[in-house]
Amino acid sequence: MSDTHAHSVAFARDTMLPPAPPPPGETGAIRWIRENLFSSWSNGLLTIVSIYLIWSILSAILPWTLQGIWDAGSLGECRAIRDERGLSTAACWAVINERWLQILFGFYPTDNQLLASWFYSDELAAAGGLEAVFGPGSNSTARIEFIAAMKADIGNLVVFFFGYWRPLMALALLVVAVAPILYSSLPRKLLWFSLAYPFVAVFLLWGGTIWGPVSVAVGLVAAILVGRVVAAASGALLGMLAGIVAVLAIFLNPLPFADIGLFPLLPHVTGVLNAAMPIGLEAIPSDDFGGFMLAIIIGTSGIVLSLPLGIVLALGRQSSMPLIKWICVTFIEVIRGVPLIVWLFTASLLLNYFLPPGTNFDLLLRVIIMVTLFASAYLAEVVRGGLAALPKGQYEAADSLGLDYWKAMRLIVLPQALKISIPGIVNTFIGLFKDTTLVVFIGLRDPLGLTNAIRATAEWNGIYWELYIFVGLLFFVFCFFMSRYSMYLERKLQTDRR
Amino acid sequence: MTELQTPIAEREIDRSQMKVSDEIAIEINNMNKWYGTFHVLRDINLTVNRGERIVICGPSGSGKSTLIRCINALEEHQKGSIVVDGTLLSNDLKNIDKIRSEVGMVFQHFNLFPHLTILENCTLAPIWVRKIPKREAEETAMYFLEKVKIPEQALKYPGQLSGGQQQRVAIARSLCMRPRIMLFDEPTSALDPEMIKEVLDTMIQLAEEGMTMLCVTHEMGFARSVANRVIFMDQGQIVEQNEPEPFFTDPQNERTKLFLSQILGH
Repeated sequence: MSDTHAHSVAFARDTMLPPAPPPPGETGAIRWIRENLFSSWSNGLLTIVSIYLIWSILSAILPWTLQGIWDAGSLGECRAIRDERGLSTAACWAVINERWLQILFGFYPTDNQLLASWFYSDELAAAGGLEAVFGPGSNSTARIEFIAAMKADIGNLVVFFFGYWRPLMALALLVVAVAPILYSSLPRKLLWFSLAYPFVAVFLLWGGTIWGPVSVAVGLVAAILVGRVVAAASGALLGMLAGIVAVLAIFLNPLPFADIGLFPLLPHVTGVLNAAMPIGLEAIPSDDFGGFMLAIIIGTSGIVLSLPLGIVLALGRQSSMPLIKWICVTFIEVIRGVPLIVWLFTASLLLNYFLPPGTNFDLLLRVIIMVTLFASAYLAEVVRGGLAALPKGQYEAADSLGLDYWKAMRLIVLPQALKISIPGIVNTFIGLFKDTTLVVFIGLRDPLGLTNAIRATAEWNGIYWELYIFVGLLFFVFCFFMSRYSMYLERKLQTDRR
Repeated sequence: MTELQTPIAEREIDRSQMKVSDEIAIEINNMNKWYGTFHVLRDINLTVNRGERIVICGPSGSGKSTLIRCINALEEHQKGSIVVDGTLLSNDLKNIDKIRSEVGMVFQHFNLFPHLTILENCTLAPIWVRKIPKREAEETAMYFLEKVKIPEQALKYPGQLSGGQQQRVAIARSLCMRPRIMLFDEPTSALDPEMIKEVLDTMIQLAEEGMTMLCVTHEMGFARSVANRVIFMDQGQIVEQNEPEPFFTDPQNERTKLFLSQILGH
């Protein structure tokens, strides 16, 4: 039966044809392979060559990786086991199995008192209690033997969770503090914790009396309040100045005022409070910090501090005030024009010559400052790119609505400029994080430095690949997260093409 | 000149509120401006009374956009004086911000903030400049968005709107600051023909409510039916100004005649 009315009109369909299945070979895997892998002779050839390359790489790496030996006390043992099993090649993962805590934490001390009182109460009691073993007058050789025996007995995982609870807690809280900044769907009240986190982290990692970080925090809040009050009374600029003066008055010991007796306020307050209510953790000096923990501490501080500084520098470089502009340009060009390693040597060796005699300024802190300054110079240029990419009309629209400079920057210009700069900013952050391994050259025990220390032992002399792969993986996990997050953020902020 | 007879709005324009008062809104005296050594504006003298609707036209490069951009200090003038609403425009940032918050501006390319929703675009300045509570600012914004007939788009982003809609949002955004003077810098030049009408309708509505308006535009139909004065500029000078009827039917200056014959002649 015809589906047309040829006799009445030229053509009019009155029944719709049902959808027909595509011809065989046009769907599914066969089609995909033909279109993507063998669409032409040259593509087919390339596919075959690529498959061969991938196969030869994997066939070299995979047996080595998967047949790896996890249980051995030294490289020699590893080799013996390998020969015993008749393997031609095998990784010696035993070194990671034995030393992963060291790569993560360096020589950061474990909380032995906690470990002992939780897992060794009977032995402790027999030895005369916590005080007798760990107290100030205790025999140091006996103590070291006790701790070594205890750690050998309870295993790395227990030591990880209980012995290193302080850095672990700091890391867990870091995640909590960073989450509301990264994901705007989380409750905004969590941001208060993000603000308090630096003080919590300093207390957990360095220990000492809790009143140190508390009085610094209170001092900062006081300075901000002073700034606010002055700003409300007499303008933003004076307010900012008053805040800075308050910070100086509270935190520094300006030499001219030294004899008045008022200064330094902060150590005095801390001392009084600590005497009244001694709360604290065992103090751990920066020299003991190391391992991947050190990379996270330097990297996170650098990232958090360099972004605001970079933004300020980028704005300063665009300023119409020549003095500010030239200060920023000089800073950026000088910092960026010299290798980071030179700045790190400056921090570790030269800086003390320029500081007043007697100042002893923590090396880790100096390194963090240098890394921050270095990254901020790069960030300033990345952000400047974002600022330049913004159409002039946006500035004009903000101006024409009567927004002043800071409001226009904060509400209109920076949100858009930073959005444009996200890939560049994250790129700089990833670079900064990986550059933290350079601190090995000034004597800090970063993960790479620790691989040298591990190799220097008799057991693991001559082992390279396994250690570097482990360290590389640790860095990769963090950098990959940053990269993925930046892509997520770009997608989320994409309002113009929705 | 038959195009001029085509009514710009389908309805009759309500002239009951269109009153020019004696009060002076803008006074420009001997204003001069240079870009480097290029003399863009030469001896501009212009007094705008409250309630006036002025259309500024002229060939491109004649300085008409620069003139109205000087009024809210988007461009700096080097000589002469500009007084807006009794405030002398000087280098004092306080004065500039005060004038800018009293004078609304609509741009050729809309310049909406693409990272904010339509509603946020409209409430931003009232909240941060006028310090109006958020809820109240949102009510005002919705009132003006209804006025420009796009309240349903309030939660969208500018990129999701058509050019005409974006320009109407830009007008609403300016109105949310409750300005006493509105400047329009070629508001319809970047629009498709069918969108020009919706923007002009909004501008006519504004004129009907007695707003003081300065429009740089080539919409001569709008000039004829809404403006009470048409200014022709060439080479940085005001060449001729007159009421629309005599301006179009009986231009005096040769350059005005040439310009009008070019834009109306086909």
